Amino acid sequence: MSATVITITSGKGGVGKTTTTANLGVALALAGKRVVAMDADIGLRNLDVVMGLENRIVYDLVDVVEGRCRLRQAMIRDKRLSELYLIPAAQTRDKTAVSPDDMVRVCDQLRSDFDYILVDSPAGIERGYQNAVAPADRIAIVTTPEVAAVRDADRIIGLLEAEGKDTPQLIINRFKPDMARRGDMLGTSDVIEILAIELIGIVPEDEAIIISTNKGVPAALDEKALAGQAFRNIARRIMGEDVPFMNLRDSSGLFSRLVSLIKQ
Amino acid sequence: MISIKGRQDGLLVTFDKEHDWDAQIAALEAQLDDRRSFFSGARLAIQIDQRTLSLGDIQDLQARLARRGMMLAAVISTSAITQSAARHLNLATDLSDYRQPATQTEKDVVTPRPEDEQSAALVRRTLRSGQKIHHPGHVIVIGDVNPGAEIISGGHVVVWGRLHGLVHAGAMGDDSAVVCALDLSPTQLRIGSHIARPPEEKRRRRVRPEMASVWDGRIVAEPWDSKKRH
Repeated sequence: MSATVITITSGKGGVGKTTTTANLGVALALAGKRVVAMDADIGLRNLDVVMGLENRIVYDLVDVVEGRCRLRQAMIRDKRLSELYLIPAAQTRDKTAVSPDDMVRVCDQLRSDFDYILVDSPAGIERGYQNAVAPADRIAIVTTPEVAAVRDADRIIGLLEAEGKDTPQLIINRFKPDMARRGDMLGTSDVIEILAIELIGIVPEDEAIIISTNKGVPAALDEKALAGQAFRNIARRIMGEDVPFMNLRDSSGLFSRLVSLIKQ
Repeated sequence: MISIKGRQDGLLVTFDKEHDWDAQIAALEAQLDDRRSFFSGARLAIQIDQRTLSLGDIQDLQARLARRGMMLAAVISTSAITQSAARHLNLATDLSDYRQPATQTEKDVVTPRPEDEQSAALVRRTLRSGQKIHHPGHVIVIGDVNPGAEIISGGHVVVWGRLHGLVHAGAMGDDSAVVCALDLSPTQLRIGSHIARPPEEKRRRRVRPEMASVWDGRIVAEPWDSKKRH
């Protein structure tokens, strides 16, 4: 058994990489997979907060790389799901504390014991991003339907192509069907037309995400949250299932929400 | 006096032994300024055989290049003094070290070779944001040119796809160059010494092949019409 390393990256900041990593980790673990979520954003760690595990951190990724602890000691078991672990980033160091080779080595050590290793990339295209992408078998690019975010996603896809990595897959986050319908926001087809890569998920803008990120309880645990459902669907697509996309067109009313959930 | 050659990874400038250093630098500057917009952004290596250059000489050259938006990447010399000065400045001293870092997309840059000036570069993929094609001859793209991508061509540019990035055709001053695309909606279009940007208002126009050229001192885009003589 060898784990698949999936790096979640975006180029632009604030599009939801960390939220996506946490939720996919939860969704894959809910599906019975053994998962490690690794925070590669050294110096600006967040994944622990979003997963609600901040107060359990003793050792971090930099401690592992610099030999101050064993890998197992830095792995924090999720409080709800026994097959989900977090490897936190260091908050007091910067990206140069870890090299791309270190990332490959750490991931290789984990491969035999897990099904999925999710790496949360920092924003940008510099060292931190290079660290995060180095061990990746698959890459998921997160973008929002905004021109700037799509531009940065396009840049990342170009960089990955130049490096000879497999074509990444796309997650459109914070999508507002109503705005797209009115033409005030890029539609999913506009985004795909520019980026021309495979779409594996559309996550609607959902207040449940803000609440859950602040509480440290990923929305994927919430049966009712629309965004949680979207993340669970993405997890199933990652596992190779053919899941149809949610009907997001009439998400304004409660009734149509129920209808779209039942249709899943 | 000097020769400029294009290589996979940048320009190689070879200096001869006979001429005075300052005279050769002046000749190099003149050549670079001649085709300023074309050379801008390029990486450059110099080959100077056994000539001895001081740290100051190299720094002076770096500053001259930097003013033109170019970067000195390597100094190839058989002189130990020159080599150590170059290493001190973190420059490569060997053509094999003179490589692009793998994460840079500048390997997409097709560097100029004088003999290429009439030839065309064919790019059979989509150019994404941050990717750049630099070619002294014509450029043909089969694929899209996304916003944030750049094509700098000495000749004509043909895009068999959507052109949403920046294109400079006739970049060495040729106003007779044309730009054709199946969907011509660039961020900015330059032909020779002219610059145009599309109208600000977003009109939902019918997408059809168009050709842009300079007409009466302005860049004009017209629908492609095979019945008309272009």
